[in-house]
Amino acid sequence: MAPLEYYIVLSAVLFAIGVWGVLRSRNAIVIFMSIELMLNAVNLSIVAFSSNIKVVISRFIEAVPPQRIPDILQTSMASGQVFVLLVMTVAAAEAAVGLAIIISIFRAKNSVNVDDVNIMKW
Amino acid sequence: MLIFSILALISIFGALMVVTRKNPLTSAIYLILVMCCIAGMFVTLGALFIAALQVIVYAGAIMVLVIFVIMLLNLRKDEFGYDKKLLQKYLGFAFAGLILIQAVFITTWAMKDYGGIPEEDIAEITEMEGIESLDKYLSAESVAETLFKKFAYPFEVTSVLLLTAIIGALVVSKKRLLDEDEEGEI
Repeated sequence: MAPLEYYIVLSAVLFAIGVWGVLRSRNAIVIFMSIELMLNAVNLSIVAFSSNIKVVISRFIEAVPPQRIPDILQTSMASGQVFVLLVMTVAAAEAAVGLAIIISIFRAKNSVNVDDVNIMKW
Repeated sequence: MLIFSILALISIFGALMVVTRKNPLTSAIYLILVMCCIAGMFVTLGALFIAALQVIVYAGAIMVLVIFVIMLLNLRKDEFGYDKKLLQKYLGFAFAGLILIQAVFITTWAMKDYGGIPEEDIAEITEMEGIESLDKYLSAESVAETLFKKFAYPFEVTSVLLLTAIIGALVVSKKRLLDEDEEGEI
């Protein structure tokens, strides 16, 4: 297993590429895919932190009663994966709603270029 | 370490391709590649359950939905492409680079005292628990126990969220909501 920093830096790189994609492209679908890329990058860093949480826990191991240690360890190591599970649910919901919005914009404007959909601009 | 380097290079290459390709379909295929690489990284982290979910939910369901919409919309050629305004184009690049520098700086700064995993502490814990390694706590069983015991309420809330998303998607994509004669205008 590579060190934790490598995962976090990779996650930052992927997130920055996602930000670049959101700012750069004019196609709503490509913007949507860049957002998915950013979500994935954050998921990666969450799982990387939770898999390495034993480092943090071991520092405080004297402070907790011994019978609670397995429970704390399990909760802290598995909760990152639980968070990612919840993020995936949110991403699925976001995909459904976002693509429905894109389809309805396409129906009204016959275009998915975000420059054509600037009616909320003052 | 070797596996991580290969996966990292492929995923960064794929992510750049997602952003720079003109055709959204090409971007979608590269995004599937990136997601599979991230699933491989979850495997190297020991999170096997999440790796399987990543392939099934992201690379499977969500990307099929995206490709379905791309095919359905049948975009014109001039829909493709990027911002022509130079200022916006370079500002976007600069902003993304700024975020990257910030993230890397904060990471390396926050971890400058991080001296690797203290092996004797882990040995102590594993001896106390009578288990071979702490990977037991990363298994699907452990995730399920945590999800349904400690995170039962958030789990229930996601079901409400999914219901809301279903209704929202239906309402948004419906052609005419109230009046049969009135043409919906955005």
